[in-house]
Amino acid sequence: MGMTMTQKILAKHAGLEKVEAGQLIMAKLDLVLGNDVTAPVAIGEMKKMNKKDVFDKDKIALVMDHFTPCKDIKSAQLSKCAREFAHEHNITHFYETGEVGIEHALLPEKGLVVAGDVVIGADSHTCTYGALGAFSTGVGSTDMAAGMATGEAWFKVPSAIKFNLTGKPAKWVSGKDIILYIIGLIGVDGALYRSMEFVGDGIAHLSMDDRFAMANMAIEAGGKNGIFPVDEKTIEYMKEHSNREFEVFEADADAEYDEEYTIDLSKLRPIVSFPHLPENTKTIDEVGDVKIDQVVIGSCTNGRIEDMRIAAKVLEGRHVAPGVRTIIFPATQAVYLQAIEEGLMSTFIKAGAAVSTPTCGPCLGGHMGILAEGERAIATTNRNFVGRMGHPDSEVYLASPAVAAASAVTGKISGPEELGL
Amino acid sequence: MKANGKVFKYGDNVDTDVIIPARYLNVPDPSELAKHCMEDIDTEFAGKVKKGDIIVATKNFGCGSSREHAPIAIKACGVSCVIAETFARIFYRNAINIGLPIIECPEAAKSIEAGDEVEIDFDSGMIKNVTKNESYQGQAFPEFMQKIIKAEGLINYINE
Repeated sequence: MGMTMTQKILAKHAGLEKVEAGQLIMAKLDLVLGNDVTAPVAIGEMKKMNKKDVFDKDKIALVMDHFTPCKDIKSAQLSKCAREFAHEHNITHFYETGEVGIEHALLPEKGLVVAGDVVIGADSHTCTYGALGAFSTGVGSTDMAAGMATGEAWFKVPSAIKFNLTGKPAKWVSGKDIILYIIGLIGVDGALYRSMEFVGDGIAHLSMDDRFAMANMAIEAGGKNGIFPVDEKTIEYMKEHSNREFEVFEADADAEYDEEYTIDLSKLRPIVSFPHLPENTKTIDEVGDVKIDQVVIGSCTNGRIEDMRIAAKVLEGRHVAPGVRTIIFPATQAVYLQAIEEGLMSTFIKAGAAVSTPTCGPCLGGHMGILAEGERAIATTNRNFVGRMGHPDSEVYLASPAVAAASAVTGKISGPEELGL
Repeated sequence: MKANGKVFKYGDNVDTDVIIPARYLNVPDPSELAKHCMEDIDTEFAGKVKKGDIIVATKNFGCGSSREHAPIAIKACGVSCVIAETFARIFYRNAINIGLPIIECPEAAKSIEAGDEVEIDFDSGMIKNVTKNESYQGQAFPEFMQKIIKAEGLINYINE
């Protein structure tokens, strides 16, 4: 029996010829990530350890993106704790306001992750780097601390679900719609403890930004990781962003999968996830009349340049509906600058949207766009749990940048087609 | 190792955002986190929970964010164990790593009700419902994880 793509990467990093689902292994890490919320807890744990040094100052990334620019004194203390640790240990990749971007957009952009890597991050959306053909997964702060000290982590080798993607998605159907469709299909625990391996000729039609959005939300189906094969687009992206050598792994032809799904991308419609779980999906045609108070476009799922371009295409020459607060967050400084140079920011501001510096901000109900009791938002973020963006009695609907931007214009959940686009 | 306490019962997909909302994540202190534990689905929990009490839930407990603050808050409330039909994987890992005992047991998750008194033997994985006079066989931890729990977390285990 052969190995899946994920199993092959893990075997290599564990120094083993072969691994099987369920096996406990110790794997070498190429990168350990933490942010301003999770790193301080990890730093506290590391102080309790007998081993005080980090395993490799170049293989740790500390990204101050959640409550930054610091929203209050307490969160400023968190960033300070991480900053002092970074200085003390001479950490190469420490990012804060001015340079910082949302971690899962920033790390690939800075070339810190490439195909074949094993990465752990104390943030659940660390699974994003599967888009590059890397194994990456979210962990907690204690695992992060152990990883920073030893350069290793224990894993239970996952089994996998195979998603065979065929056909070309229609206009206005993006990676976000595909992953929301899949989560609706298998449920929020449909991939629990397992890998989601995406294959098929449909992938050639998906941009890297589409793939990042899809791998990013593997965790919303309970997945350990989501992973794409490496193709010309991946190689082009890595060559543009990184000097590091990469290694391409392919699943064996006789790899075993727990389940297999075939999805014809050409048949998909834009998808909206209703509160309070990402699995509560409807097509845009089934949504009905859902009025909104706020629109959020950004996050580690959909804050990349292509997302900004799509939002601008919809908002160009239009204005947001009265009373709809529209907030747009480019995910990194590079995306922000690119959007300025392409004139997208003028489009947003003329349309009546607010534009923010990169931050995780409202996605997790941190700051910069918190909802009051009874308010409703449509967001390109990744979670719509109770209280996620603010008051426990507020609501979040998840969608693509195209749908979010169109909804901003109409004041209710709408697809771009409703605007004649 | 044994535990005994009264049960707080919840349903499917209790996510880490409701276990400890992000608005309280600007402080990593366990006793502060404990004050707000479960606040967005059960405003009475933090006031009522007593040392040794047990949380029982159904599917996918602890889904969502990787915040270790979630098991830390539960442990700091004095909860001795979480029993669920299934756990989300990052929560499972975090709970073991900080020394919060958790057990997967679909039968117990279904049968145990709020307020029941429950006894757990961690070595055997046996769960006894004293109130209903029923027993359920939960999954005992693999030896590797038992050692981490006994050391009260991964860091102590590595130090040892």
